[in-house]
Amino acid sequence: MKTNVTSDVAAALSTEGVLADSSAQGSRSVNPLDLIQRWLPKLVLAPTVIMTLLFIYGYVIWTGVLSLTKSRFLPNYNFVGFAQYEKLLDNDRWSVASLNILIFGGLFILICLLIGVVMAILLDQKIRAEGSIRTVFLYPMALSFIVTGTAWKWILNPGLGLEKLVHDFGYESFQFDWLVDPDMAIYTLVIAAVWQSSGFVMALFLAGLRGVDSSIVKAAQLDGASMPMIYRRIILPHLRPVFFSAFIILSHIAIKSFDLVMALTGGGPGYATDLPATFMYVTTFSRGQIGLGSASAMMMLGVVLAILIPYLYSELRGKNNV
Amino acid sequence: MSDSINTNARRVRVSRIALYAILLLAVLFYLLPLIVMLLTSVKSMADIRAGNLISWPQEFLLDAWVKAWSSACTGVSCEGVGSFFWNSFQITLPAVLISTFLGALNGYVLTKWKFRGSDIFFGLMLFGCFIPFQVVILPMAQTLGWLGLANTTTGLVFVHIVYGMAFTTLFFRNFYVSVPTELVSAAKIDGAGFFTIFWRIILPLSTPIFVVCIIWQFTQVWNDFLFGVVFSGGDTQPITVALNNLVNSSTGVKEYNVDMAAAMIAALPTLVVYVLAGKYFVRGLTAGAVKG
Repeated sequence: MKTNVTSDVAAALSTEGVLADSSAQGSRSVNPLDLIQRWLPKLVLAPTVIMTLLFIYGYVIWTGVLSLTKSRFLPNYNFVGFAQYEKLLDNDRWSVASLNILIFGGLFILICLLIGVVMAILLDQKIRAEGSIRTVFLYPMALSFIVTGTAWKWILNPGLGLEKLVHDFGYESFQFDWLVDPDMAIYTLVIAAVWQSSGFVMALFLAGLRGVDSSIVKAAQLDGASMPMIYRRIILPHLRPVFFSAFIILSHIAIKSFDLVMALTGGGPGYATDLPATFMYVTTFSRGQIGLGSASAMMMLGVVLAILIPYLYSELRGKNNV
Repeated sequence: MSDSINTNARRVRVSRIALYAILLLAVLFYLLPLIVMLLTSVKSMADIRAGNLISWPQEFLLDAWVKAWSSACTGVSCEGVGSFFWNSFQITLPAVLISTFLGALNGYVLTKWKFRGSDIFFGLMLFGCFIPFQVVILPMAQTLGWLGLANTTTGLVFVHIVYGMAFTTLFFRNFYVSVPTELVSAAKIDGAGFFTIFWRIILPLSTPIFVVCIIWQFTQVWNDFLFGVVFSGGDTQPITVALNNLVNSSTGVKEYNVDMAAAMIAALPTLVVYVLAGKYFVRGLTAGAVKG
């Protein structure tokens, strides 16, 4: 039942040949009822087709058009070419947001992958109560990022939170004020996001581990290979596709991160923890710079496509080679 | 000889203990925020200042929960998050049911009644799973304004249906692909039509995927913040927006116990679903994780 969205895209794109024909055959008699039957599937799918074309593709183009205009509080269509993009690249707040997404996204993905694979390997050692442990690792995924942000905001509270806890343990000099430190606040986002998503990555890896052929492992053991060796040489290479899927999923979560920032730091202190998603929101809806906001949205789309297209391409090629 | 077996056995035992110790630490790390939230929500503010994150409450009080539900300030109004909790249900239920049902129909067409271009369309539609929604919210805000649906529950439900459909369709398509096509062809030969086959053959087989899809959509819509904050206003906001307003409003003294109680209220429905149907929840995650 484990399916993968991205490989489905590839599958859908590669199987252009239509396999099952509809009831279109044998239309000698043009019975109106038959005609309806013939058109029914298309009719049923039609609303979705229209909505997809309009609300996804149409809107992407619309946002693209807005990003080329001078729009401020209201959309207008005075075209200024790529001036908004130039403005964006000169914008200090945008450069902070771009740097932040690199730091946040990079650390978030790396730590999640690391925790995910290590926890999956540990859980794969015939652990008692594995089911319950898995449940605990995964429940954060059911929560809203707003709830996660609220909880961690309290835990990381300088003064009453973790700092006080450690003081009460006897380490009086312990200081922890990352939440209000402009240089460190971005790492609080990493902590909360890793807490929320790493269990899920663990589940992906665990499913991958369970798919490894145990006879290969047994054969290697008979040949005298040690377990670390078996993991490094056989099992981890086998998990490569899982690494890729997890990477795509995590980078996607990172780029869309909006709720967590709003709840945990509000983009602050100042705009030290702004991410592209919050930049877009604030610019467009609070500061009334629709043109600039649209340009930033298009940049986000560009990054998503830049990650996704090579991935889909390699998936497609892989499929065709088989 | 027996000595080496002994040391070997001891080494195995030590590494098992280390293994369980690490896992226990990890379990604590994942549970900590939930424990802290619960403990904090039943303390008084004086208790909070006197103790620490995990100190046992001197007295269990439900005051913070009552206040969070009915009188805490969420931005302008001070009526608690209770009404927003119900807003979220009013948004979530129709959005989940309609998008799931449409997804079932779409999946059925895309697997059992393929036509020229339907596969390409599916590919195009999956793109909808990947786009950052920032790239569509502005045009959508304007459209909803034109339709007179800005700041309404109907508008928000509509948005959730539109952008949830790529996922529900994906779920059902992947499920129906594995339903033998012979079943459908045989029924066609017997003269059964499009909807007869759907009602009589396909739907009775679909219970598991309906459960997966409904749970997935429920979690997504309930936890949504971006659409809520952009497309709803004042008294139609979902609970996530109300919670954020409550926690990040800068007026008055911060009441951490009320914050935590409100967060628990916002988290409870999806937590309950997770506890009751965790298996299906995980299935949905692995199938639809890209939405994030």
